[in-house]
Amino acid sequence: MTQMNMIKALNSALEVQLEKNKNVVIFGEDVGFFGGVFRVTDGLQKKFGEHRVFDSPLAEGGIAAIAMGMSLNGLRPVAEIQFADYIFPAYDQIVNEIAKVRHRSGGEFSAPLTFRTPAGGGIKGGHHHSQSPEAQFTHTPGLKVVYCSNPYNAKGLLTAAIECNDPVIFFEPKRCYRGPFYGDPHNVPTWNDHPDSEVPEGHYIVPLEEARIVREGSDCTVIAWGTMVHMCEQAIKDSGIDCELIDLQTLVPWDRDTVVNSIKKTGRCVIVHEAPKTSGFGAEMSASIQERCFYHLEAPITRVTGWDTPFPHTTEWDYIPSPARIAEAIKKTQEE
Amino acid sequence: MTERVTATTKPYTIGRPPFRPGDDADFGGKFVEQPGDLTRPDPAKCSAQDTVAHASGLIRVLDDNGAAIGDWNPELDAETLIQGLEYMMRLRIFDDRMIKMQRTGKLSFYMRSFGEEAIAIAQTMALETQDWIFPSYRQPGAQFVRGRDMVSMICHCIGNTEDNVKGRQMPVHYTWKEGRFISISSPVGTQFSQSVGVAMASAYKGDDEVCISWLGDGTSAQGDYHYALNFASTFKPPVILNVVNNQWAISTHANLATGGRTFAERGLAYDIPSFRVDGNDFLALYSVTKWARQRAAAGMGATHIEVYTYRAGGHSSSDDPSVYRPSDEFKCWPGGDPILRLKEHLMKAKLWNETRHKALAKKIDEEVMTSYKAACEFGDLASGPYPPASTIFTEVYETIPWHVQEQREELGK
Repeated sequence: MTQMNMIKALNSALEVQLEKNKNVVIFGEDVGFFGGVFRVTDGLQKKFGEHRVFDSPLAEGGIAAIAMGMSLNGLRPVAEIQFADYIFPAYDQIVNEIAKVRHRSGGEFSAPLTFRTPAGGGIKGGHHHSQSPEAQFTHTPGLKVVYCSNPYNAKGLLTAAIECNDPVIFFEPKRCYRGPFYGDPHNVPTWNDHPDSEVPEGHYIVPLEEARIVREGSDCTVIAWGTMVHMCEQAIKDSGIDCELIDLQTLVPWDRDTVVNSIKKTGRCVIVHEAPKTSGFGAEMSASIQERCFYHLEAPITRVTGWDTPFPHTTEWDYIPSPARIAEAIKKTQEE
Repeated sequence: MTERVTATTKPYTIGRPPFRPGDDADFGGKFVEQPGDLTRPDPAKCSAQDTVAHASGLIRVLDDNGAAIGDWNPELDAETLIQGLEYMMRLRIFDDRMIKMQRTGKLSFYMRSFGEEAIAIAQTMALETQDWIFPSYRQPGAQFVRGRDMVSMICHCIGNTEDNVKGRQMPVHYTWKEGRFISISSPVGTQFSQSVGVAMASAYKGDDEVCISWLGDGTSAQGDYHYALNFASTFKPPVILNVVNNQWAISTHANLATGGRTFAERGLAYDIPSFRVDGNDFLALYSVTKWARQRAAAGMGATHIEVYTYRAGGHSSSDDPSVYRPSDEFKCWPGGDPILRLKEHLMKAKLWNETRHKALAKKIDEEVMTSYKAACEFGDLASGPYPPASTIFTEVYETIPWHVQEQREELGK
């Protein structure tokens, strides 16, 4: 085991894959010589050569299409979209092509590829460096959607994503690249000494479709992903209520058994995400939980989310679900 | 100029920039292309085929000694030249102050126009005040030309209570309707194809307006670039489409952005007259843009321009270019420094001197400092005040729908 931050852990996952499978290639904007604007691919071009790790022209639609073409012909591309906010020129290729090719070709073709993309707010990135567009992909059959939250699951989930034979959209919470985030921008810890920064150097997977119980509890189930996992940890501490915290990790397909069993135990549920509320993935979770756990629920399922507005620059701390807002929602579930 | 384009070709070609850190950057001295090499065709009659030489060559006016030479010399009067110099100096001094503010935590982020000051300034000066500006993030200088108040620009960069976009956007993402300057968007190139639509609307309404837009060499890989050229080719509206080839898209050199020769030549395939112009030559930029406006006003449609320059600074305050290119590479750029070149021209014509130059620089510096302090009266990044949180919810729609109103009440601010 080695202590790694999330950037190093992701880099390690990519390095292991490049070593293990000669068909793995990595490309995207600034990922080659420079090693990526967040340095996730640092050193990989030097080690594996510029045909396996390279800078692409600045065109997300092109990156997606080229990745699909490569995957149709036997390669296993891992392409970076520099910010999730910039994924939309690639949306047509992802939604209409990559997601559907297995089905539309009667299973004759498939596109086993991974798009890595930094998402989420908390870095003063304004409208276009802060969004969490996961729901735009969970609504597309054919894609698997993953959202890591710490160095250990980042490496294990990315490894599983690359080895998965379905296309995977892999979100990385950029706020947590260098440390967990508990809601206080003036007090930002690093990953040092965090138990989830102990990462094996070699190959391992964190299976897709499995959620992680971060904290066991009996009074309320809190479900989150990405940066919000850490915000929820803080909120649970602040609320003084014995909550079970689930880091969903894979959004599609999500871990039905872990979630349902938890809610049958606690009878209460708060779902937290950064993305806007309307048609957010919390809506899907809430509806599904209600269908499966109706007779076990003691209180309405609550969502704490980003507002139904663009993500702001100066006032971002009033936008991102804060531990205070989350704690209040948790407490409210106990009043019913 | 020495082209040291290298690439590995197996199993597929990977381009490389001419130099990496540790190399001695050397572009072979001055440009081979000289002022006077290229004629100035009639803008009302010119076809794309008449610009074949212009798209592969380089339009220059200022020679290596600061003289203005050839058909493209716009013959500007002293007042206009000095005004241009002042705008460029203003932008550089403003940028230097803002980047210092960013380094000391007084702005969250910043992007300089260092080395590219002539572009938006000369080109906007060549336009009429009713013409539309659809810039990327490295054309803030257009606002100086149109007379935007510096305090207002700094308030935006801080994101304080006087920021006209209410703290919603990152710094340098200016919006200024009065100056017909569209709201800058981080997703690159989107403005380029929009500008063609703006120009079609002007044509539809019969208004004497031209729309000018810019994007970078890197961004010219985006679909939006090609949509713009194709729609402009098809509908021939009054639009001026500029590719600012400053060699670098963050860490990615133009050699990795395209396998083609010049960016300008792409326009020929769309049957749009296309020019490659020295982007550090104020006079050449002014002149080519004036030509494009004359063509647009004559109902002849679009002009495509490659502005050949060098991004002397980092991509942004978040970037460290010493990781991917020699730190002194910009010093040997054949185009030199656009401010020094215009200054030299003015001094050669006895219209300017060192004393006036220093006095002007000092005056601008004081103006920038005074403006910064005035802007901070409306809030600074460290301690605010900031726009109220209610601004998160307003202007998402024309009126606030119930579900957004409910959330606003939930926030309680």
